[in-house]
Amino acid sequence: MKNILLIGWRTLTKPSGYYSLGALVIGGFIAGIIFWGGFNTALDITNTEEFCISCHEMENNVYEELKTTIHFSNRSGVRATCPDCHVPHKWTDKIARKMQASKEVWGAIFGTINTREKFLVHRKRLAQNEWERLKANDSLECRNCHNFDYMDFTQQSERAAYQHSTALASGEKTCIDCHKGIAHQLPDMKGVEGW
Amino acid sequence: MKNLNLASITGLTVLVLALLFSSFIASAADKSEINTLATLRDHTEITEQKEPVRIPNVVNKDIKQKRNYPMQPPVIPHTTRSYEVNMNNNKCLSCHSRQRTEESQAPMVSVTHFMNRDGNFLAEISPRRYFCNQCHVTQVDAEPLVENTFTDMHSLMKKKVTSAEND
Repeated sequence: MKNILLIGWRTLTKPSGYYSLGALVIGGFIAGIIFWGGFNTALDITNTEEFCISCHEMENNVYEELKTTIHFSNRSGVRATCPDCHVPHKWTDKIARKMQASKEVWGAIFGTINTREKFLVHRKRLAQNEWERLKANDSLECRNCHNFDYMDFTQQSERAAYQHSTALASGEKTCIDCHKGIAHQLPDMKGVEGW
Repeated sequence: MKNLNLASITGLTVLVLALLFSSFIASAADKSEINTLATLRDHTEITEQKEPVRIPNVVNKDIKQKRNYPMQPPVIPHTTRSYEVNMNNNKCLSCHSRQRTEESQAPMVSVTHFMNRDGNFLAEISPRRYFCNQCHVTQVDAEPLVENTFTDMHSLMKKKVTSAEND
């Protein structure tokens, strides 16, 4: 076993004696495209709603709740899928989030929230994770679609226009500060600011 | 004996026919009466499917509406879509509770809602008053199905006073 590993290591450290430098460079380049493309495709697949709700933790809990909200069904037919709100769009942030999500794979394997009851026990902590994330990035995932600069206050209700033109405009508040529980049901809100 | 039988059979038949006939007339009368009632079906034949009316929008003007009588639960002048009122949360109270009204400038829940059924005041909203939308409802922008002839006490008394003055 040790010998086999040693032979492999020696081959890698020695200069190539048979293939031309050109073949190695071009071959490496093509292999790079294939592997990188494959990696990105795989990443994109994990970024679809079908993938998210392929585990029943998501499908039977949070996805069912989303179905009743305006982010699922509305007059213009534009809808938000899971990754639109829960995965950053910028590449570096996305990779960072995906790395964090490996803990969720652990949870799925060991069934941390595989029943509705277990899920509800953890609901407040899980919700707080998302609120903190959105608070920290100034509700970036909301703003991917809802752009403040193009909001028409005259089309909003008086109350909404007032809040958006004062608290939101000054940066004192961000979307998630008020719009909690817009896509899923809320946990027990005792102790949460504004409740 | 045979004649008597025949007579009784004829008599019974006539009676049954008369009863049937009168019941037909009665049911026709019932029908016309039923058709005068205002329903969502609005005189549509039972064999037909009525074209449903458009679902009207909820009034979202944030302007208080007059109460029709002093004890009427005030109606809600804004939308309450996906407001949760359940074991965990009461979305209404996040603006209308005593502690939150200063920031929200929303009307506070009436003090009667802090009383239990014996009239004693509690520190928090009484559990029997927790489910706001049992009494308080949003209004839709729709024509009423029937004309409303309700007159409130104030107008009645005013009318009485003016008619007494005229006499």
